[in-house]
Amino acid sequence: MSQNTNNYYLPAPSLWPLIASIALFLMAGGFAMQINDIASGHYVLLAGILVFVYLLYGWFKEVIKESIAGFYNKQVDTSFRWGMSWFIFSEVMFFAGFFGALFYIRTFALEWMSKSTLVWPNFVATWPTSGPAATEALEAMGPWGLPAINTLILLVSGATLTYAHWGLMKDNRKQTIIGLVLTIALGAIFLYLQAHEYAEAAFTMDSGIYGSTFYLFTGFHGLHVAMGTVMLAIILFRITKGHFSSHNHFGFEAVAWYWHFVDVVWLFLFVFVYWL
Amino acid sequence: MNKRTILSVGATFLSLFAVNSHAAYALNLKTPATEIAGQIYGLHMLILWVCIAIFVVVFSLMFYSILKHRKSVGHKAAQFHENHWLEVIWTIIPVIILVCMAYPATKTILAMKDTSAEDMSIKITGSQWKWAYDYLDQDVKFISTLSTPQDQIQNKAEKGENYLLEVDNPMVVPVGKKVKLLITAQDVIHAWWIPEFGVKQDAIPGFVREAWIRVDEPGVYRGQCAELCGKDHGFMPIVVEAKSDVDYQTWVAAQKEAAASASAGADKEWAQDELITAGKAVYEKNCAVCHGATGAGIPPAFPAMTGSAVATGPIEGHLDIILNGKNIMPAWKDVLNDVDIAAVIAYERNALGNSTGDSIQPSAVKAAR
Amino acid sequence: MSTTTATHHDDHGHPTGIMRWVASTNHKDIGTLYLWFSFFMFLFAGALALGIRAELFQPGLQFVEPENFNRLTTLHGLIMIFGAIMPAFVGFANWMIPLMIGTSDLAFPRLNNMSFWLMVPAAILLLGSIFVPGGTIAGGWTMYPPLSVQNPSMSVDMSILALHILGVSSIVGSINIITTILNMRAPGMTLMKMPLFVWTWLITAFLLIASMPVLAGALTMLLTDRHFGTSFFDAAGGGDPVLFQHVFWFFGHPEVYIMILPAFGLISTIIPTFARKPLFGYASMVYATAAIALLSFVVWAHHMFTTGMPVAGQLFFMYSTMLISIPTGVKVFNWVATMWRGSMTFETPMLFSIAVVFLFTIGGFSGLVLAILPVDIQLQDTYYVVAHFHYVLFSGAAMSIMGAVYYWLPKWTGHMYNETLGKWHFWLTTIAFNITFFPMHFTGLAGMPRRIPDYALQFAEFNMISSIGAFALGISQLLFLYVVIKCIKGGPKAAANPWEGAEGLEWTVPSPAPFHTFETPPTVK
Repeated sequence: MSQNTNNYYLPAPSLWPLIASIALFLMAGGFAMQINDIASGHYVLLAGILVFVYLLYGWFKEVIKESIAGFYNKQVDTSFRWGMSWFIFSEVMFFAGFFGALFYIRTFALEWMSKSTLVWPNFVATWPTSGPAATEALEAMGPWGLPAINTLILLVSGATLTYAHWGLMKDNRKQTIIGLVLTIALGAIFLYLQAHEYAEAAFTMDSGIYGSTFYLFTGFHGLHVAMGTVMLAIILFRITKGHFSSHNHFGFEAVAWYWHFVDVVWLFLFVFVYWL
Repeated sequence: MNKRTILSVGATFLSLFAVNSHAAYALNLKTPATEIAGQIYGLHMLILWVCIAIFVVVFSLMFYSILKHRKSVGHKAAQFHENHWLEVIWTIIPVIILVCMAYPATKTILAMKDTSAEDMSIKITGSQWKWAYDYLDQDVKFISTLSTPQDQIQNKAEKGENYLLEVDNPMVVPVGKKVKLLITAQDVIHAWWIPEFGVKQDAIPGFVREAWIRVDEPGVYRGQCAELCGKDHGFMPIVVEAKSDVDYQTWVAAQKEAAASASAGADKEWAQDELITAGKAVYEKNCAVCHGATGAGIPPAFPAMTGSAVATGPIEGHLDIILNGKNIMPAWKDVLNDVDIAAVIAYERNALGNSTGDSIQPSAVKAAR
Repeated sequence: MSTTTATHHDDHGHPTGIMRWVASTNHKDIGTLYLWFSFFMFLFAGALALGIRAELFQPGLQFVEPENFNRLTTLHGLIMIFGAIMPAFVGFANWMIPLMIGTSDLAFPRLNNMSFWLMVPAAILLLGSIFVPGGTIAGGWTMYPPLSVQNPSMSVDMSILALHILGVSSIVGSINIITTILNMRAPGMTLMKMPLFVWTWLITAFLLIASMPVLAGALTMLLTDRHFGTSFFDAAGGGDPVLFQHVFWFFGHPEVYIMILPAFGLISTIIPTFARKPLFGYASMVYATAAIALLSFVVWAHHMFTTGMPVAGQLFFMYSTMLISIPTGVKVFNWVATMWRGSMTFETPMLFSIAVVFLFTIGGFSGLVLAILPVDIQLQDTYYVVAHFHYVLFSGAAMSIMGAVYYWLPKWTGHMYNETLGKWHFWLTTIAFNITFFPMHFTGLAGMPRRIPDYALQFAEFNMISSIGAFALGISQLLFLYVVIKCIKGGPKAAANPWEGAEGLEWTVPSPAPFHTFETPPTVK
């Protein structure tokens, strides 16, 4: 609305919020139907996902247009920085809840369960475990195979991304693109290896508490890597379109922060889910 | 403040000196029947007095201010807005008060947790919607269910004195002995609570939590389940009878004898009519709560008995579901004995709108376990 | 851009009709949306409570079956917390924060609208779940497993997903509010010059961003235990039902402070106005609020004292819970000190604020009683707890909201509300509230458990009194609705600052506040 860049940019009225609520309604409703085996569930869910993709595309496109048109002054840029930082903090807390749960189970609950001999006469608290009602032995996922490789992959991807960032700051387009392409490739390889690991695993999500924590934690992480990889690809696309300059490229930075965050979460996963 | 609150506060004050057990308008905790409950009672009184004292001081000042520092009597506003010394003092004094409260509370917590050196142990299992007691040193076990008739609950009969707080088989303990309670659950979280004992312990499926009681005086003590556990959460009370040592031993002997004759009844040959008659009582006590007094059920969660495929189909399937449960229907094999199961099968198949004409003997139930 | 009609006349124009509300990027309109949404949810959840109290009027089962009773209590709790109290405070944040800090709107106006409109699908899912087979969830608003895993109805999943959506709405909204407060204050307004309401919202937003994701984790684990075979809360698989309680209450305790800190901010705004005196101890109020927020993360297991945790845990959580009463008490003292030697008048907002200070403190004291673990063993899951949280949530949060509505109606509508009717609403509410909830302290002490549709005879008298009070309380809120609608439609014209003692940038703009304000920020001395 206000195009005087001395003043903070106020956007025109927009239907994207309504479209967002329609998307989330369809996704949630469809998902609820799906998991309760209602026939049309997956159509509703699919419709929701399509609307959601349309929403993301449309809304971000609008924001990018406004940015390129020069509507965003320094104060708006600061708002974006704060916004992205707090968003990443909320994601940290999401994973923190899961790690807390793992800590509680391993440190306390299993111990107390093994002391409840009136209910479980033969249960010994070890980790990993599928619980006292498990009928078959559990073969856990060791850290020093694919997981270690994946750790290396993500760490290197952090470096390649930083390399790309330096290129951007020096106006070296070639360096930026190479760095980004490498990062995206590494992200994709990570995802592929994770999928492979899931397929080869000797246990499933219903293999007791170990399977539950393993798949839920690594699964959500994988989802975040996937989102990060997609975002990096979009940034790559924007670079080819010349959207960024050496001193004005918050979109790149925001996605880079996100990628580093995903990397750090993996390190915690590697230590606490795979290793210890 | 409004008059009612003033009256209520005054009534609380007076009640400090009264003994309240089942009186209407009871204002305070129940009369303690154990040492721990006595400590809790005292702790509560201490905190209540402290809170009342602070409350009176602070709000006397506030109401004084409301009366005197108002524009309509011409009072002009002062403009002060801080006073460091005052703020420090009114931070430190509450801290001191809290420390003084924390000390006796800590001692009571340590006492409550000390389940060692017990004289006997009882395993308590909560399930939907009854309690099971298993005297670990005695091989006595039984189920305890609400015994208030449905007529009273549905307002068709006058309510008895212990409405909703009475059971068929109370837990019995000897007076003066330290009884360790090992508490768990079958299905969802319940909680075992007797206010007069000062004991409330969540019953968590898959885990055993310990508590203990030492009852001072003989008597009957009543409590309720204290964790939402489904539709009949309000209908699974706990009753404990504390008896003298001699009376307790008599009771134990009687329990063992009753158990022996119940399993003897399982070897006898029963006539179908006898089974159906006995089965009606078993059904009403255990099954009607979900499947309905007339067999109508509450579909889709609780299927109807009338015309059901299970109750009119093969009798082996009917027996299997009762013994082993299915989905949210619990397994009854550890709850009902052979005679009861045979009886209720006979009733379900030959009453409630069904008439298959068949039944099985208790010995067949025993064989199928 | 749509052309405007003659009645709305400014340089930029804004859409009218439905588009105005659906596509809004204006903090005032979005604030209005939140406030109306919350009012309707408050009345609906209140009606559910009347269903509860009707059944509890006498012993015996008269009106509802036990499972439906559990559904009533569950929905009442969920809707009041997530549909009434939280959105009301967000509505105030939207309307007042930009005005108080001298900026044109929130940092992200479109995201702001999205936060509101996400509440609609959440509400449809939650209320729609009433109509699915198996009928709405009935495990209490706390949804403990295994009970909530046992219920096969789709309504549980719909409710879980509704809460997920509300979580997104809250997190995005809080990011918006934090960014606005940190980045868009008028030049010269340092953090320690901000109105206290802005401080309380800054801290509340932080609590929301930190705690709602943890709720999302708990809800997700519940969902996977229900449908994907996981064993987070199933001992047979190595899990623990109590794990849910830990994760849930790690969110749940900051949540209750989320519901009260903005109330503290409102009271801290209204009392100085009507005492014509500055807030006493502004700096300590800020520090006390921050202390409460930090401590709120280390007290959660006081909701779990009967689960059987080790002694060390019991002692730690008892001590930390007792400690949190100190900064809370400091705030009460500061409010009384603000009144002291002021020049008070007692218009409706002030009446509500004084009642809040008085009654919230009663709730605070019952909280202190509950903090003492051995006493909590007797009182956990009884009506004493119900009394406690209604004193802090109704006479703390809800009555602050009511007082603040009266306080700012002139600014929002340009009209003065009817003072006589406002006072009637106040007195009816306060008296009925106490009749309803004060006896619950006694029934709890006497041993009446929570969440039961029928009770033993010794609880009958107080329950009857509570039920009568509840109906009076419910009907009184219709008077509130009447006063608000009447004021919107017309009334004596309100000046830019109708309250003699009011200070703050919001009183420098006309009443009603123009559609756009502070497009160029003022300089604050």
